[in-house]
Amino acid sequence: MTKSKPSLITPNRRTILSGLAATGAASAMPGFVPYAQAQSSEPIKIGFQVHRTGIGAAYGRWYDRTTQAAAALINEAGGINGRPIEIVSEDDGTDPKRGAEVLEKFANQHSCDVSFGTLFSHVVIGSAPRAAELKMPYFVVSEGHHVASGMLNRYTLQPGITDVKSQVQAMAPFVAENLGKKVTMVYPDFAFGHDHRDYFSEAMAQAGGEILELIPIPPTETSFVKYFPKIPRDTEVLYHVMVGPAVLTFVKELGEFFGGQGPELFGFIDSLEAVDMASSGLEFLDGSHFWEGNPRYAQADNSAFDTFFREKVGVDANGASVSDPKDISTYAHMFGCWETLHVIKAGMEAAGYQGPGDRAKLIEAVEAMTTMDHSNEHPQGPKIFNGKTHQVFGQQYITKVNGDRMDLVHTASIEETFYEDEVDYTTQSF
Amino acid sequence: MLALIEGLVQAAVLSLTALGLSLVFGVMRVVNVAHGEFFMLGAVIAWWVATLVGTNPALGFIAALIAAPIIAGLIAVITDWLVLKRINYDPEATIVATIGLLYILQQSVLMTFGPDARPVEAPFNTRLAIPWIENTDAGWALYWPWGLSTTSYKLFVIVAAIALLSLIWYIMSRTKLGLILRATQLDSETALAFGIPVERVYALVFGIGAALAAVAAVLIVPIQQAHYLMGADPLLLSFIVVIIGGLGSLRGTVIAALIIGMSDGIISVFFTPTLAKIMATLLVAMVLVYRPQGLFGTRRV
Repeated sequence: MTKSKPSLITPNRRTILSGLAATGAASAMPGFVPYAQAQSSEPIKIGFQVHRTGIGAAYGRWYDRTTQAAAALINEAGGINGRPIEIVSEDDGTDPKRGAEVLEKFANQHSCDVSFGTLFSHVVIGSAPRAAELKMPYFVVSEGHHVASGMLNRYTLQPGITDVKSQVQAMAPFVAENLGKKVTMVYPDFAFGHDHRDYFSEAMAQAGGEILELIPIPPTETSFVKYFPKIPRDTEVLYHVMVGPAVLTFVKELGEFFGGQGPELFGFIDSLEAVDMASSGLEFLDGSHFWEGNPRYAQADNSAFDTFFREKVGVDANGASVSDPKDISTYAHMFGCWETLHVIKAGMEAAGYQGPGDRAKLIEAVEAMTTMDHSNEHPQGPKIFNGKTHQVFGQQYITKVNGDRMDLVHTASIEETFYEDEVDYTTQSF
Repeated sequence: MLALIEGLVQAAVLSLTALGLSLVFGVMRVVNVAHGEFFMLGAVIAWWVATLVGTNPALGFIAALIAAPIIAGLIAVITDWLVLKRINYDPEATIVATIGLLYILQQSVLMTFGPDARPVEAPFNTRLAIPWIENTDAGWALYWPWGLSTTSYKLFVIVAAIALLSLIWYIMSRTKLGLILRATQLDSETALAFGIPVERVYALVFGIGAALAAVAAVLIVPIQQAHYLMGADPLLLSFIVVIIGGLGSLRGTVIAALIIGMSDGIISVFFTPTLAKIMATLLVAMVLVYRPQGLFGTRRV
């Protein structure tokens, strides 16, 4: 072949090299500029794995708002060890595969110090092994029992929200004494729902009750009436917990099926998170009971800490956004992000955290924590952290629907939520 | 009875959606992978219109019922003109193009409408209940509320779907428009030779197909909720229905939708919903093996 004109499409060595140089120059632009001063003024980067899309989107929106509010508060007070914190958010699509990739991005692309934030248990279970491989602390806000069960690893901790096993254990005596002993359970068919199934059945048997029927529902289901005829007729209490974008359909169809008659209802607020209690079709819920991680409606004797938390996140006394009363928060869960960030701060300060080299020291410092007082940092209530199982324990609340609000009727003590350790993560090597 | 009603509601919505898909394939030979997204678009537009109209749910619903199919249909006509026409309705290229369209529609809705599920209020929703009657030792006993409990709106969905299907049947078999459509379906080149503006017919058919999916979505959205990912299930089920019923056959589509909808309702209630899905897929496999042209399809030489 003779001399040919350089093609526009086929790259040669020179174009590739200049292209690379350009990319390199771009990445050296602001944000990537190494800080001129010592390392100590560089922000601490916290990778925030957030469910922006997918079935967890409503939770993701509020986890994000809570996290931003907590980060702003920490930075106002001088950051951590004199360094500001920076939240690096990445959408995981509520998908376990994507979750693991997001952790990878935090470690390799954003050079985050720690990662945090995930709610949905299948995403946590899918991501945690990668966190251990990347040797990056992974603080989850998930409620699942998978942390304390020993299924995960030393890098995964849950210091800001209690787990399903302790929650249902504290609920069972109340259900058996006040509502009825014959229970039918409706739950989502994945790890989180299985925790409910296993531990509530166990706790109910201990409280002298029995489970008549288990009805698992795929979390992506959109129509529910077809599941309800399977509820046995001698059911005294219907225990319901549902997640995903179709929760409103779920409770509405439950109402259409029972029409206010039928068994007592005991629900986990997950069935109604981010759903307006005043929605049409929910009137039948009046008088039914709910577990709430943190009561959505401000109570008559609301603590100053909860009021402070509401104000900072931008939530009114009805648990809705101050800017849009139709935008209902996921109030029973999102405090976990707030508390977890404060635990990370306390842990980093105790460990004298300087950079990724101190990650093991950070985990040891968090493992050494025990009691956390009811405070602005822990607005949901006092807590006790178990360093061996990497799980925190706290009070649980039962509220009763009263017209279009929910009032606190029972508070389970921290002691009621304890169970025997199933793992000792501190014996695992880093 | 509960199983029957649930099954019928599903069959009603499904037959409308599948009919749109079947029509597009029958006339244009285009496998519209983005069909589920037009369904989703219908639901989202319904929410938008209902919110815009405001307080009165009935008024909002009627406005949505008119506006959603028109808007979805117009979007479809525009995509037909912008995309499908440019690639000469080549069967393979259109599959790829509609896959692209699927993502464009889905992600645009995600960017504008957001990732949340939003409800549309039903125009009327009275709860109807009949107790379960059982002969026990103590004689006949009534059990509340384990018998039939449904809402007036669900019955309306079934009636509305039957009315719409009859209308389409009438258009297809009794009007000039139907004649043109059937002529184009039989042989587009000959139709062109006889002075039928085939290109305009194609655009119209693509629009009608999308509008049918949108109507189905408007009907279902007070029961379920508008969500940007809701298009996947109807798409899959429509394909199942169309394969069983025979591509391009109106009668086959409706009967297959009844079979799938009813079996899903009944099997779900008495066994498990997973088994219902397994049965539907098995049925598709059987039809493909023993009657590749579908139950009512005509074999082409």
